[in-house]
Amino acid sequence: MRQTDLAIIGAGPAGLAAALEAATAGAKVILLERDEWLGGQLVKQTHQFFGSKKEFAGMRGIDIATHFSEQIEKNKDIEVFTGATALGYYEDGVLTAAYSGRMLKIKPKTMLVASGAMEKMIPFNNNDLPGVYGAGAVQTLMNVYGVAPGKRVLMVGAGNIGLIVSYQLMQAGIEVEAIIEGSSQVGGYWVHASKIRRMGVPILTNHTILKAIGEEKVEGALITEIDENWKPLEGTEREVSVDNICLAVGLSPLAELLWQAGCQMEFSPQLGGYVPVRDEDLETSQEGIYIAGDVAGIEEATSAILEGQLAGISAARKMGFAVEDKKIEQIKENLKSLRAGPVGEHIRQGLAQVER
Amino acid sequence: MRIKDHPILSFAEGKKVEFTFEGKILTGKEGEPIAAALHDAGIRVLRHSPRHNRPRGFFCAIGNCSSCLMVVDGKPNVKVCVTPLQEGMRVQYQKGKGDINAAN
Amino acid sequence: MLKKDGVPSPEELEGVKPSQERLEEGPVVIVECMQEIPCDPCYYACPKEAFRPFGDINEKPEIDYEKCNGCSICIANCPGLAIFVLDYNYSEKEGLLKIPYELKPLPEKEEKVIVLNRAGEEIGKGRVVQVLNTKKQDRTAIISIAVPKEILMDARHIRLIRGSTDEG
Ligand SMILES: Cc1cc2nc3c(=O)[nH]c(=O)nc-3n(C[C@H](O)[C@H](O)[C@H](O)COP(=O)(O)OP(=O)(O)OC[C@H]3O[C@@H](n4cnc5c(N)ncnc54)[C@H](O)[C@@H]3O)c2cc1C
Repeated sequence: MRQTDLAIIGAGPAGLAAALEAATAGAKVILLERDEWLGGQLVKQTHQFFGSKKEFAGMRGIDIATHFSEQIEKNKDIEVFTGATALGYYEDGVLTAAYSGRMLKIKPKTMLVASGAMEKMIPFNNNDLPGVYGAGAVQTLMNVYGVAPGKRVLMVGAGNIGLIVSYQLMQAGIEVEAIIEGSSQVGGYWVHASKIRRMGVPILTNHTILKAIGEEKVEGALITEIDENWKPLEGTEREVSVDNICLAVGLSPLAELLWQAGCQMEFSPQLGGYVPVRDEDLETSQEGIYIAGDVAGIEEATSAILEGQLAGISAARKMGFAVEDKKIEQIKENLKSLRAGPVGEHIRQGLAQVER
Repeated sequence: MRIKDHPILSFAEGKKVEFTFEGKILTGKEGEPIAAALHDAGIRVLRHSPRHNRPRGFFCAIGNCSSCLMVVDGKPNVKVCVTPLQEGMRVQYQKGKGDINAAN
Repeated sequence: MLKKDGVPSPEELEGVKPSQERLEEGPVVIVECMQEIPCDPCYYACPKEAFRPFGDINEKPEIDYEKCNGCSICIANCPGLAIFVLDYNYSEKEGLLKIPYELKPLPEKEEKVIVLNRAGEEIGKGRVVQVLNTKKQDRTAIISIAVPKEILMDARHIRLIRGSTDEG
């Protein structure tokens, strides 16, 4: 059994930032990551990030991941396990993980769950046909492994992920037939929409997919226009010829461990699904269990980094390590200003509901 | 199909290795997931669902779903989307839920 | 309309255009960032302090066109690729358009290219005058294209003619 001050599950931007902050405050940290690499979603993101220049705005996601990984590797107080999947958290405060064919047992004083999110699926005929992929899988295949996911893609969803992955497909030399979006508005940032539009990719709002066409694999898709109640408009159905249908229809928090640990959970549509109730330092209803990043509510990387810092430093303070109050206030201030605008409104609403 | 000329990324050449898929010899990059090599070779169907026999392919890419379970070197239920490719691997379709006793 | 299909309407564009007088005075930036999002690298990129400091990071950028000399440093620093530079008086008949470009292959100097508008529609032909891709730009190339003056305000992207399948 390993003992440590803080066990962190997930090495995305939230987990990485938390590990660094906690270790800087003097805590010993164990970082568990299911993937073989550090960075979470960042390693697939070839575009420059938004947010504040004070954090990492303007840097590409892939480079932010490298920046963090280098610092983590240098830090002797952070023990990293990659290829390690956290499996369970038990009443006696023991955390288990599967790690290269064996079971790791860890007894941490505090724990941070930063496991990120998983992709949502939508129902349509043949949605299990090979060639229907989640946007994350498409990104992994093309940006991490360098393999084209198809020749011509139909993107479903015009949120930031749908828009950005469409752009990345074009960068990889793959054609995008169209981006279809069920609601009447582009959900992602308009600048992302504009940059893909001027490359000639149509964005069809009020459209949905009815069916994936093909016997053994995707050969096309049947799409249709819909009204405000998502009812198909008769006579607007049409077939498009694509070999890949990419779903970018939202994320939901990957919160199994938190359920298991008995954290009080609440459903928040604004935050993407069931999320734990937390205090302003990101501690859940279970003492010593913290959250940060997408698992605390689907948002973005800058806020995940800031939340990670906050949770890491709060956990350290809880254990009695000396932490400057000023630093905590500053992080909270940065988070607040990030969320202050109109695109942060749903986050503010969601948080108002789950913050105690 | 491999992405060759990318404006942002450069992909390591990697060591080429041979492996078999249903007896056919294919090549891939050592250490990449088996599924990436199969995808590059144009193979989209990775298994059939046990109950309704529907074709299943690559889907989540992170070892979460069970869409890509195959038999590798005789061992069933291998998630090929997260299993690194090695020289000489034998990759096969799996029948139904896979038979552990069939491993050799 | 931007929120409907990603293409700004003429009214939406009105709010971000430098005045015609300023355009005629020489190279100047046009920042097509029309939504309040949390983002501020443009402010830090500008050596002339032409971007007003952000009070709140969600504010839209505000530009002092008198300070902007069209130097183009901001183009590759905008995560949204929403910044362009226009030189209305490039020649008697042509204006010069500078765009961010993150595709391969890069066009070459003197290459003839198809000019696209904000909806990706072909609106004419242009000639590549310069291709800048320095280390500082971090893989966002800046392409300068000479285009007929009449389409300068609409031209926002290019498509290469070589190897073009011309669909899109
Ligand atoms: C296409 C796309 C574009 C985006 N663009 C932007 C952008 O421009 N700007 C921006 O700010 N944000 C952007 N985001 C959002 C941003 O990437 C996420 O909000 C951010 O990565 C969340 O960080 P995280 O650390 O919470 O989760 P993640 O990055 O998802 O990391 C979670 C990690 O936990 C690991 N994990 C999960 N479960 C376990 C377990 N049981 N055991 C061990 N490890 C586990 C996962 O493998 C993963 O590595 C984008 C997201 C996507 C998908």
